[in-house]
Amino acid sequence: MNEFRLKLLSKTGNESFARSCVSAFCLELNPTLEEINDVKTAVSEAVTNCIVHAYNNSQEGKYIDLSVRLENGKVEIIIEDEGCGIDDVEKAIQPFYTTKPDQERSGMGFTLIKTFMDKVDIISQKDKGTKVIMQKEFKKE
Amino acid sequence: MRLELTNNANCAVAKLDGELDEGCVREVREKIDKFIANNNFGQFVFDFSGLSFMDSTGIGMLLGRYKNLKKRNVPIFISNARGHVDFILSTAGIYTIMRKIS
Repeated sequence: MNEFRLKLLSKTGNESFARSCVSAFCLELNPTLEEINDVKTAVSEAVTNCIVHAYNNSQEGKYIDLSVRLENGKVEIIIEDEGCGIDDVEKAIQPFYTTKPDQERSGMGFTLIKTFMDKVDIISQKDKGTKVIMQKEFKKE
Repeated sequence: MRLELTNNANCAVAKLDGELDEGCVREVREKIDKFIANNNFGQFVFDFSGLSFMDSTGIGMLLGRYKNLKKRNVPIFISNARGHVDFILSTAGIYTIMRKIS
């Protein structure tokens, strides 16, 4: 078992740092390049959601919590914010649904997370924040 | 992220190298839009041969350029998207509006 936690300022540019950290940490489980890219994309999507939606691009005093746990060939990633929360999670996970079409958001974030991870749970409370819990098992060759 | 824009023989090419995400998308968008406004061409190619990572932010950027260029009747092509980027483009249905070329 191994675990790390990270508290990150909600600042654009930190998506790349977050996905690099998580993917580097997963290396001890010998994932394939494809599996690493899947994890990188899912982390990037979830962190971007925190920055763009949860905190609406304001960074002062806004933090994103990342927790990554490796156990039995599986990774569990928890990405949590204390932002605005999601009104309707069912709606938010629909492909192409976005609350910000004017900003050229594709509405594909949660769709890609669900495509690349084995299991995804979204717990959200209005004005309290959102917690995204995702899991993936690395296949043994 | 490195972005190189060229216009040769009626064909504009945007070559993106590196990782395309929220951290750099605004700059990419602005540079491409400025280039589109100042140049004449009959087709537009995104060269993704050097793009190692893209997430849904990139999909939003592509859809935005598609809307812009559609007004000018300019078709968009996507060249040499690598494994993971290619899969994301397929999943988001981008190849139904931009033709894939190698």
